[in-house]
Amino acid sequence: MYGLKTDWLEEPPPRYYTFEDFEGSLPRWCPGCGDHAVLTATQRLCRDEQLPPEKTVFVSGIGCAARFPHYMKAYGFHGLHGRALPVASGIRARRPDLHIFVATGDGDCCSIGAGHWLHAIHFNMKMVVMLLDNNVYGLTKAQTSPTSAKGSRSNTHPRGAPLEPLDPIQTTLGIRNASFVAQTVDWNPPHLLATLKAAHRHPGLAFVRILQRCPHFRNDLFEPLQSDPSKLLLLTHPDGIQVDDSIQRVLTNQREHDPADLVAAQAIAEKEDTVAVGLFYRRDAADRYDLYSAEGLATSRSEKIAALGAELDRYQI
Amino acid sequence: MTPAKESSVDADAPHAQPPHSGSFDVPAKVAQEQIIEIVSDSGEGAQTAGQLFGTVCAKMGNGLWTVEIIPAEIEPPPRSQAGASGIRVRFATRPISNMGDRADLVVAFNEQVLYSRIDQDAFGPGTLLLIDNRWAKDEDAKIRDAYAKALEDFCARGYDVQEIPIHEETRKLVENPQRGKNMWVVGMLCARYGRNLDFAKDEVRLLFERRRKGEDVIVRNHQLLEAGYAWGLEYFDERLQVPSQESDQAMVVMNGNAAVAMGAMAAGIEVCSMYPITPATSASHYLASVFHRAGGFMHQAEDEIAAVGFALGCSYAGKTALTITSGPGLALKTELIGLAVMAEIPLVIVDVQRGGPATGLPTKVEQGDLLASLYGAPSDAPKIVLAPSSIEECFEFTITARKLAESFRMPVIVLSDANLATAQTLFARPEPHDEWLAPPVDQSPWNENTPPYDWDAETGLSQRPIPGQEGGAYVLTGLAHDEHSQVAYASAINQRAMEMRSRKLATLEQILKPPVVNGDAEGELLVVCWGSTRSAVEEAVDRIRADGHRVGTTCLRFLSPLEPGLDEIFARYRRVMTVEINYSDDPDNHRAGTSRRYSQLAWLLRAATLVDVDCWSRVPGQPLPPGMIEEALRARLGGAD
Repeated sequence: MYGLKTDWLEEPPPRYYTFEDFEGSLPRWCPGCGDHAVLTATQRLCRDEQLPPEKTVFVSGIGCAARFPHYMKAYGFHGLHGRALPVASGIRARRPDLHIFVATGDGDCCSIGAGHWLHAIHFNMKMVVMLLDNNVYGLTKAQTSPTSAKGSRSNTHPRGAPLEPLDPIQTTLGIRNASFVAQTVDWNPPHLLATLKAAHRHPGLAFVRILQRCPHFRNDLFEPLQSDPSKLLLLTHPDGIQVDDSIQRVLTNQREHDPADLVAAQAIAEKEDTVAVGLFYRRDAADRYDLYSAEGLATSRSEKIAALGAELDRYQI
Repeated sequence: MTPAKESSVDADAPHAQPPHSGSFDVPAKVAQEQIIEIVSDSGEGAQTAGQLFGTVCAKMGNGLWTVEIIPAEIEPPPRSQAGASGIRVRFATRPISNMGDRADLVVAFNEQVLYSRIDQDAFGPGTLLLIDNRWAKDEDAKIRDAYAKALEDFCARGYDVQEIPIHEETRKLVENPQRGKNMWVVGMLCARYGRNLDFAKDEVRLLFERRRKGEDVIVRNHQLLEAGYAWGLEYFDERLQVPSQESDQAMVVMNGNAAVAMGAMAAGIEVCSMYPITPATSASHYLASVFHRAGGFMHQAEDEIAAVGFALGCSYAGKTALTITSGPGLALKTELIGLAVMAEIPLVIVDVQRGGPATGLPTKVEQGDLLASLYGAPSDAPKIVLAPSSIEECFEFTITARKLAESFRMPVIVLSDANLATAQTLFARPEPHDEWLAPPVDQSPWNENTPPYDWDAETGLSQRPIPGQEGGAYVLTGLAHDEHSQVAYASAINQRAMEMRSRKLATLEQILKPPVVNGDAEGELLVVCWGSTRSAVEEAVDRIRADGHRVGTTCLRFLSPLEPGLDEIFARYRRVMTVEINYSDDPDNHRAGTSRRYSQLAWLLRAATLVDVDCWSRVPGQPLPPGMIEEALRARLGGAD
């Protein structure tokens, strides 16, 4: 606007959102719960990306992780157990202008809502899906979850879980039209934030599994990974999650993995003795159902009336 | 030959139509109405033929009601007694909206399928059965025998059995009569009933153009129509005229599912989210083909639960959505409908009821979901429940439902059924209004001091913030919450929130009018009904009143809240009873000393009015014919003190 007098045009004062603008009610998760770290990373993401709170929606089902929307300051939909993904898909269907995040847990996503998980990945509607996976049911107090390790004791399996756990990364990679599959851990905030940022910028559904500590019911579950960072395999690639040197120095066990390579991604996911963090798979060209569902959004009222009139003509005798 | 039912024919009636295209050398008789059926194996085009013939009748100014005869299996074995596929067409001088009683004329492509119709009491003495005679010459002796035996049986039952060469005549024109004999039959029926063959030809053209067929197919089908017509003129000793009433009103012909779909478009609904389920799917098929022209989007979800979840997401984001289902789907959706009640999210649910419980009778009608709609959710989940009683109301109520859902911020269930869904009738063409369309999504700033559930203490009503509205951010929750949508476990808050959600129904009830009573305004008996049974009940009541009985009837369109003034209306009659298509114990057929189980509306009315409301209900897997209701009402009147 150089050269113009300032009273010639009015520009709305730019809004700048601070971290505090995204703080909702005080989190009631247990002290030391990994969910706190994910919440903080998400609030930082919203600030860094300057997402208007009124244009941002957090959707969840039921479980500890599903309390997430209450602790954000944005629109939220804290619905029913397992049903976050259909609701989020419905919100997306006719609202391309909104930023949509789903916070779900291993019981919510991989058990009661598993059918929706498969189909939401297939629909590939633009949103970030955060799977906060603590390998246990927390809110209902320590039952086996589909991701509980074989042999882990719980209230429902006091003699130990009888089956090998389901691996959410492996499962998601197996769904045709998956477009962004990443894994991170709650105790490495820079990697967590970098992963969420890449997920947010992805044109499609970004599925991020976050290994999440549950000090109350699974206190030492991830202790080996925490005490010896070399047990985590950091996936690196120019097209992957970009992390700075500080992370590279801590996570020394690294492997270059091209996220376009689905077969290699599946091979990494299959290795039971390795927990990889980073981007397993990305395909920006995957079909997007939200582009299909938003067709006709600009239809005017008179066009709507005319369309019905034309139909009535066809049925008129 | 003699007409099927002497009683329904009036040779001296005025207003008989003059002959039109084609010359008639045969004399004409006049009937006020006719019921015909075309029955066949699945896939022989009987429904197409019946719909086409029905449209011709409607075009000629007759009242019309068609009923599809649908086998439960997609393709039952040929010539099976249970596998009848076809259609009933009732056409009359006056407007009609039910299937009537017994058929006057039946065209059958084979004799075995008639047994399932006999089982449904569809025919009576004198019903004219026109049966394809090809089976008499079948190379399989078993088939020849079955055919001969069945015809003997039909004659013994008093039907007027006539064997006609449908297959043989059609084969003169087409190589495979399986495709084509239905059109020949339409031609024959046009001759029988003095229908304008040009109308039939126009409809054939429209039909095949819609199916993207070429001119050669249209010409061949026109030839079939003409051949059937010529054969009919030759064969029938007389023609039966069903005179029409003059009307200059533009009319449309459609079934209830198309009417619901058009209602959704008229309401400016942008999303229909569904999972395939009989008998609701045809509404979504239709929407899938045209919705985009009205800016709409038809979502096929992965399951019934996802379908309603997706719809709730749309509604939450400002675009009130429709989900359409049937009983089993309604059961699956229950939890999320409860969430819509709890979190006050507008939503339109159309339930095209079918026989139940469980998979039940997927293609057949029942009015069995009334109490499930009202009470089929844990805790108290007040919602609005409407029941259209005609196809026109299927259109209108869908528009109303969207408006009510938004104004009252709650789910609205519209109870249609398999009868309305598949029956075709004609009604005055509606003129779409701008005011019917949903308003644009409000994206203006929200007053931060107004909580998301700013309940008006009198009405329970409140405005809702929509994502995108600055200052309105709130977290919707299915947990108990206060007006700020803050999770709240305090007992006083829960009590108040329950009150506020419940009060909305009282608010709606206050603006409703008492239901209209037809027939006698006071007297021996009031018959209360709801949904698609209305027309048959009214017809039965008319017949009884003609004998001097003082009977009234009323049909409830609002089931939740109930329309007001029922106590006052009920008090004017010695007895009150409901007629419904759902299960109840007959008064003389339940274990002495046990509680009688009443039909669903009767339960509701007994609870709401404390009147000793009686009921008569049946679950025959088909609409209740007026004659069956008449008989039941007469029995109750006879037993009156």
